This record gives sequence, C-alpha cells and structure tokens, in this order.
Amino acid sequence: MQIEERYDVVVVGAGHAGCEAGLACARLGCETIVFTVSADSIAMMPCNPNIGGSSKGHLVREIDALGGEMGKNIDKTFIQSKMLNSSKGPAVHSLRAQADKQWYSREMRKTMEHTEHLTIKQAEVSTLIVEEGVIKGVTTVSGARYLADAVILTTGVYLKSRCIYGDVSEYTGPNGLKAANYLSESLLACGIELRRYKTGTPARIDGTTIDYSKMQEQKGDCKIVPFSFETDPASIQKEQVSCWLTYTNEETHRIIRENLDRSPLYSGNIKGTGPRYCPSIEDKVVRFADKDRHQVFVEPEGLYTEEMYIDGMSSSLPEDVQDAMYHSVPGLENSKIVRNAYAIEYDCIDAQQLKSTLEFKKISGLYAAGQFNGSSGYEEAAAQGLIAGINAAKHVQGKDEIVLDRSEAYIGVLIDDLVTKENFEPYRMMTARAEYRLHLRQDNADQRLTPIGHRVGLISDERYERYLKYMENVESEIARVKSTFVGQTEEVQDFLRSYESTELKSGATLAELIRRPELSYEAIAAIDPGRPEGLSERVGEQVNIQIKYAGYIDRQMRQVEQFKKMEKRRIPEDFDYDLVPSLRLEARQKLKKIRPSSIGQASRISGVSPADVSVLLVWIKKEKAEKNDAE
Amino acid sequence: MEKTIAAISTGMVPSGISIVRMSGPEAFDIADQVYHKKNMQPCDTGKKPLFHKMKSHTIHYGFISDGKNDIDEVLVSVMKAPHTFTGEDTIEINCHGGMLVAKKVMEILLKKGAKAAEPGEFTKRAFLNGRMDLSRAEAVIDVIDAKNEFALKASLSQLKGSVSEKVSKLRDEILDEMSFIEAALDDPEHYDLGGFGEELQEKIKPVQAEIKEMIRRADYGSVMAEGVKTVIAGKPNAGKSSLLNILAGYEKAIVTDVAGTTRDVLEVPVMLKNISLILMDTAGIRDTEDTVEKIGVDRAKEALDEADLILYVVDSTVGVDKEDQKVIRSLPESAKVIFVLNKTDLASGKDVNVDLKEYNGREENNVVCFSAKTREGLTELEDTITSLYNAEELTYNDQVVITNARQKALLFETEEALSMVITGIEDGMSEEFLVVDLMNAYTALGKIIGEEVGDDVVSRVFEKFCMGK
Repeated sequence: MQIEERYDVVVVGAGHAGCEAGLACARLGCETIVFTVSADSIAMMPCNPNIGGSSKGHLVREIDALGGEMGKNIDKTFIQSKMLNSSKGPAVHSLRAQADKQWYSREMRKTMEHTEHLTIKQAEVSTLIVEEGVIKGVTTVSGARYLADAVILTTGVYLKSRCIYGDVSEYTGPNGLKAANYLSESLLACGIELRRYKTGTPARIDGTTIDYSKMQEQKGDCKIVPFSFETDPASIQKEQVSCWLTYTNEETHRIIRENLDRSPLYSGNIKGTGPRYCPSIEDKVVRFADKDRHQVFVEPEGLYTEEMYIDGMSSSLPEDVQDAMYHSVPGLENSKIVRNAYAIEYDCIDAQQLKSTLEFKKISGLYAAGQFNGSSGYEEAAAQGLIAGINAAKHVQGKDEIVLDRSEAYIGVLIDDLVTKENFEPYRMMTARAEYRLHLRQDNADQRLTPIGHRVGLISDERYERYLKYMENVESEIARVKSTFVGQTEEVQDFLRSYESTELKSGATLAELIRRPELSYEAIAAIDPGRPEGLSERVGEQVNIQIKYAGYIDRQMRQVEQFKKMEKRRIPEDFDYDLVPSLRLEARQKLKKIRPSSIGQASRISGVSPADVSVLLVWIKKEKAEKNDAE
Repeated sequence: MEKTIAAISTGMVPSGISIVRMSGPEAFDIADQVYHKKNMQPCDTGKKPLFHKMKSHTIHYGFISDGKNDIDEVLVSVMKAPHTFTGEDTIEINCHGGMLVAKKVMEILLKKGAKAAEPGEFTKRAFLNGRMDLSRAEAVIDVIDAKNEFALKASLSQLKGSVSEKVSKLRDEILDEMSFIEAALDDPEHYDLGGFGEELQEKIKPVQAEIKEMIRRADYGSVMAEGVKTVIAGKPNAGKSSLLNILAGYEKAIVTDVAGTTRDVLEVPVMLKNISLILMDTAGIRDTEDTVEKIGVDRAKEALDEADLILYVVDSTVGVDKEDQKVIRSLPESAKVIFVLNKTDLASGKDVNVDLKEYNGREENNVVCFSAKTREGLTELEDTITSLYNAEELTYNDQVVITNARQKALLFETEEALSMVITGIEDGMSEEFLVVDLMNAYTALGKIIGEEVGDDVVSRVFEKFCMGK
C-alpha cells in the first residue's frame, strides 16, 4: 500500500527559495513539507561563496524586513563582510558577505528542523496532482502521494539538469547531485511551458597550492554591519578571512582563443540561453576582445576547507584547456584544481505564466519561485521564495495575498520584471532596474516592509514594537534638527572653518548645516549640545540621510505617487481584451498572454503603447459602470 | 494626483480668437502664476492667489505675462470641478488671434508645470470622470485613436531627417554616460567612478548647449515663437528699404535716392499669411571710409549671420557685380535665400538670373522678379516666402502646432534636467543622484522621437561592459 499524507503546503526543493518558502508557510501556521533530493544539501551554495553585493544586498535586507531568514543566517555564518559603494550615496550602499558554505547550509537546516509545522523529506517529486485547474498535491518517484492545498515549485537548476565541460556531459545537478528527471514531463502535461537556460561556475582550487604573494589581498571592513535588522552589530564583530585579487593575461586569452572550437558553447553542444552578465571567461575573451586582462577574485569556500573559488573564470572548456588556462594566471601557476569548472543546463519557465503573487495563472494553488522562474542568484531566489511562501499560506487560509509593487521594494521590481517583461536570459537584479532607487535603500528596508511583514504575520509584535520605537526616535530627532537654530557664535564659526564650510551670515537650523556636502549629522555633534543621549547609530544614520537627500528623495516620492495611481487601477481577472476596439494586434496578443492585474502593469508590457493604455482605461471604466448599473 | 494638462483648443485660422485650455488639479495655481489684473504690473503676477477665490463660471479681463512682460491682453474663464467638460478645475484663456500668441501662452503654461495634453486627453478625462455618457466609450476611443494616428504622422513628417537624427545622437550620448555609471555602481571593484563627476560635466555641457541651440532654432518652433528673422540685404541703393516698406505696409525706413542712407539695422515685425517675419533692413554692404556707415555695414554682416531668411536685393539695371558676388558667396549656409531682382520695370532680369545660379551654390535657387515701383512680383515673393515655411500646413493644421509645442516643451524639460545634472555635480552629489536627472533628460528626448526607455540602460551596460565576477 502506497503512503498517502496530507499537508497544507508542499514545497518542491530546499534551495534558497525553498527554504524561505517552507519557513514562511510553517511560521504562518501551515503544515508544510519540503522535499529535497539531498537532505545534506539544504540551502547549498553551488556557485559563488557570498551573499549580497550590489542590489542583492538590498534584497537580503528586504527579506529580513519582511520576516525571512537569509539575513539572519548569513549574519551567523559569514567569514568576511564588506559594504560596497560606501563612498557613494546611501541608495547604492550594498552589503556583501563571504559565507562559509557548509556552515550556512547547516545553520539553515537547523533552523528549519526546529521550526514547528515544518517537515523535511528527502525524495524526488515526480508528478503534480491537478484536478480541473486546481492543485491537489504531488507524488514522488516511489509512488507516495502528498496531498496539499498549495504546492510551491522551487526546483532551481535541477530539472533535467546537465553539467557540461568540453565533450563531457553528465545528467546531474550541481556538484554531482542527483538531477530531477521526471517532473518536467508532468509539468508539460499540466500545460506549463518550459524553456532551457544555462549558467556556469568556475573551478575550485586547492588553496595550499596557490601563491598568494602574487595577488593583492582583499580584506573585509573594519566595522562590520549586519544584514538583519535584528542582529546586534556588536555581536558579530570578528576576525575575518581575506579574498585575493589577480588577473588573466594575454597568455590566458591566447589559450582560450586557440581552443574555442572545443568549447561546447561554440560547438553548439549547449543549447540553453546563458546570461550576458556573469559571462564565462571564454565569452569575455570573445566579446571584450579589446581588454587585455580580466579580474579574477580568489575567494575561500569556507573555514572547513582549503578550497578556493576562482571568481571571474567560469568556463565550460575541456579539462586540459582549463588546466592550462588557470595555470597561466599569476599565483595559480602550480595550483591543483579540486573541481573543474562546468556549465549547467536546466528546465525552467517563462514567468509570464505567473501572476504577481507567483501563483500560476492556469493552476490555482500552484506557486513557483527561484531559478525555476528564470532568475539567477541566491538572493533573487530567496526573495521569490518568501513571497511565494507567504502567498501560498494565505491561499490555504483564504486570506488576502500580497504583492509588493515597484515603489515598495526591489522584491517588487524583481517579480514584476519576471512576470511582466520579456526575459531571454537568467534574470539578475541590478539597482539600475529600480525606477525609485533613491527610495528603495537598504537602510530603510524596515521602514518600507516591516509593517507589511507584521501585517502578514511573520514579524512578531515585540519586533514591531522595537521598530516603532526606532521610528519614533528618528522622527522626533528629525523634527528637532529642523527646528533647532544655531547663531553666528565664535564656536560655530570656528567649527565651520575647521570643515572648510562657509561661515554663517545669519542664523541657520541644524538641518540646513547637515545638508551641506562637507557636513553631516555626525559631524555637527560638536555644535549640537541639545542632542539627546543614547540614540543608536542607526537613528543618526537615518536622520542624516533623510535630511541630507530630502530634495532628491521628495522628487522621487512624487513620482511614486503618480506610479501608485496607475497601479491602483485594477483590470478584472476575467477581462476580455477581444471586446476592446482599437487595441493594436500586438498589444492585444501580449495583454491576453500576460493578463496584467493593473493598468500600471499593462503599461510596462513591451508592445503596449500609451494609446493602447488610454483605450484600456476608457473601456474598463465603461465596463465597471455598466456592472454597477446592472447591480 | 492627476497631472494638469493644457492645449490650444481652437483651430489655427487666421485672426479671430484663440483659446488655450487647461484642466487639472493645479490649473488655478498655474493660472495664478501667469495672470494679472489690469491694475497690476507683470512683476506682480503670481504674488497672490486669485483663481481659487473666483466664482465658478465667470470671465475675467486681464493680462498674461511671463513675469517681466505682458504677452497678451486676455479674457480668462474660470470653471470649477466637477461642473466642467473634463470634470476637473478648468481655465480657458481667450487670447488674440494667430497661433503666435496662443503658442506663447501655451509655452508659459508648460513652463509653469502644465503638461501638453496627449491627443484626445480632454475627452478621455471627461469620460473617466463620468462627464460623458457611457454609450460614447467607443466614440472616445475612436477620437484617441484617430488623433494618435494623426499626431504620429504629423510628428513623423516633421521629424524626418536631421532633427530626429540629432535627438537620437544626443540621447545615445546620455545613455552611454548612464550605463557607465550603472556598470560602476553595480561592480565597484571593477569600474571606478573616481573623478567621474568632472568628466561627466565636460561631456554634458556640449549636449546641453546643443539642446539650447535646438530650442532657439527648433525650425518650426522658432519660426512660430519668434518669427522668421528675415534680413534684407544687398548693395547700396538696390532698393532694400523700398522692399521693406512695401512688405511692412508703411514707411518705416527712410527711402532716398542717395546710396548709403540706411545706416543702422531696422527691425519690423510683419505677418505674411500667418507666418511672422521679423524684417531687418540693413545698410548696403560696400567698402566704405565713412565711419558711421562702416558701423552700419558691420551690423549688417552680423545680422546676416543670424538670419533665418535673406532677401538679397539686386538692381536689375546694374546686374550682379563683383561686390555682389563677394557678398553672395559669403552668405551663411544656415539661412534660406531669396534673390529679389528689383527694378524689373526698367530692365529684364534674365541675364542676372543665370549669373546668380553660379554664385549662389545652393541647391535651391529662389529668384523673384520684382518692381518696387509697380509692385509687380509682390504676390510671387509672398508665395515664395510662405512656401519655404510651409505656411499652409502651419496655418490650418492645428495638430502640427500642438505636437510642436509638446516637442519644444520636451526640449525645455531636457535642458532643465541637464542643468540639474550640472548643479548636482557642482554640489558634489554622488553619481546615482545624477542618474535621476540624466534619466529625465533621456526620457524627455525619447518622447520627442517616440522612443520609450524600457531596459535601455541595463541592456547597454551588458553590451558595453564586462559585468559580473
């Protein structure tokens, strides 16, 4: 007799998306089971050994502000931390931490194991059970049935995955883990369209065979800033390990050029679409032929091993070419490769099949997140996993699902880009993708999202109270510096001179002084005797940012207002585009395929013109009015 | 909040009254910024709120000013929401006929924060605000559709060639700068922004200068806003001042038989079938020892350099002599030229015509035989001038005017955004702030040529920069 069990939610995959999804569901009270092909590989980092970086660091902060786990987990397990762009404005400050990969994985597993309502199961899910457009559960290869009201697909790169270098091609997942070979057929049978993407990873090299004297040392920051708003900065100041910088050279490029014909990418053996960013080294040499060298960062995989990750040199060239190529790089001349670089191909979907809630349009209760949706990166995956998890739980509980819009979060930009736009390569987050970047900062992720996280149920009352207290401090301090005047006293003028700042001709508020480029909230402490004691550093930072950049931020907020209006104009789910006169053919086809939920989303579809949007607006108004009349 | 929109809502028929209509939540505030009553001065404009206090559906006499000078004497209708066509606060400015004034008024409204209405937008708003019968939805859509098609054609026909090429080029330069900044912000360990502010300033200033020049010159735009700068040139006593007087319809220049009478540059505004000409009579150009006359000659040469149109007068009884040849060869290429063979009552201009072709060197050789005495050839001259500036199209095709006002407003928007970039650099703002205004400039320029922004920056970054570790 086959096993049959009942859960509220089934999560297929335990990578960064699956972990957040499973945790969110369980924490919201749903009985949840998370399937993985290997229980030893939960939250595995099969590629780069770091979390965060430009725009990705923002995502981690947002995940944390909503009550997700990634920020807390990396705060426990990082071995080096750096704030990128710290000389720039606050909107592009980005935190990045090197992780100890195994430690990261173990801590996440531990957290999941100790979460109520959460079960981990090592088994390969092979089919979806769908009845009349509604998900009912899954079955595994053994025939066991797991019934559920919601299923979340977070299969990462494991669907029919194939690892390739040179002529060698193996049907496995990353790191030789088992691929999931059955589920794709079931998805196709359910009417889900699949596409094939590819990505790659560089070699890992034995650190004891590397000559670091030929490389530049890259140290972490002296003052470590945590990812999680809940982590006490004092608790994580620690000894850090270094990364190392070296470069490719003409010799490296010659080796690559001479062997291009043996690359599976160029021979046509790889059919999947790879990203233009994060290109393989052979791609870089071809596409940027004028560059005589490329950066190579040598980064530790963790404290548990001497293995080093060779960042910047991913490849799918044959083994012997890889050997020669890595050995041509200064410091790696006599090194030993532990694991070869390889490309990996996998099945995934065009996320235009999803709603903004990450639920499939065609199958009620079926959600998807992560690389399966055509994104790349741990952080992008985790962000989607969290939203899919929250919405699956809400679906099960019959409550309102959440959609973050482009003005609220990078998460909103990410998901909107995935479900609305045409994507032809694995999608990577970038701050340039966010229209309201000055507002979507990593320092205010809590202001943007913690109230939402609290409403959803992932932020505890205690944490929310702490947040409110913090905001109260920020606001009263802003009010104080705006209303506190300083006169032209000798002390003030001396102070200004010491900062090469223009002396006062008449009285000024503290806020006006903070706005001067050469001054800051921190700097003017010397002439601000009334400053309340015991304010945290974060309060000071926030006051400084909100005063100093008010002009730009206010302008952006006005644009946000405009944007919100169009987002609020909803398009009914069953809207019939064929009835609308004058829509251009291309627009009609795209609208029918994507079925945008708002006029705002419709306007972002390529091929839908402002005139089409006008026409839609008029027609929706008409239908709505007619409906009201009928009632 | 809905944006406030404005448009010239009357067709551009010669004479009569033109109405500029403005609708939206800020209509009254913007009107306050441009209107003053009879007993006030232009500089008082905007000092106190007027329109919010006025009764709905009333008409007020006063002036529209740009803050320094009055532009026109007007009647302004005030209509408060919701009892208006669009259902929003509405202002209608009745100004004096001709598109010039209406366009000036429109431009001022745009500068004060109104947006040029999209085709059919008033109707669309009326509908969305429930001011129109639901059964008319399809009709409204047809209006939007038809006007869009028309506006598209109109703007495309105007943008063929040089203007759109130039806009694309400037836009591309801005995109390059943005994508470098984005590449560096995304991958700071790879691309360095150190000292980039100064470099950017050096690159943006010429772009800004070109935009300014486009605003000034904007072919049709400047023709309508300022009038065609028309310089009457030629050798002394060829009959330049007589021509001016005939075109102006009254004696402004002193006409005598003594060569070298006109010693300064005279400016006379003239309407020629709704094309506004600023006629400039100049001193005859010749080498002279007379100090006063010499100043006149220098000024004439300066005027020629700035001219949009040159009416070069040749005395048919004398023909094209060496001095003429020298001047004709040096006429600025940026100006259009019509040769006026004067005194054809005394001599046939045929031989002269042949000579002109040789010296002129332009593709078009516009020659009109004319007699200041008998006024023969005057109609032909008028037709030649108007045909050069497509007067018919400008006069009767209101869409062309509106698209143009839109385009010029977008140029202003671009220019303003670029000055914000430069201010930002001077204030030491970091690059992500500068991108905000660069993006505004890029977006505004895109609207001129009908290009949307989309993922341009991200695509350019991936195309040009080797991203990702």
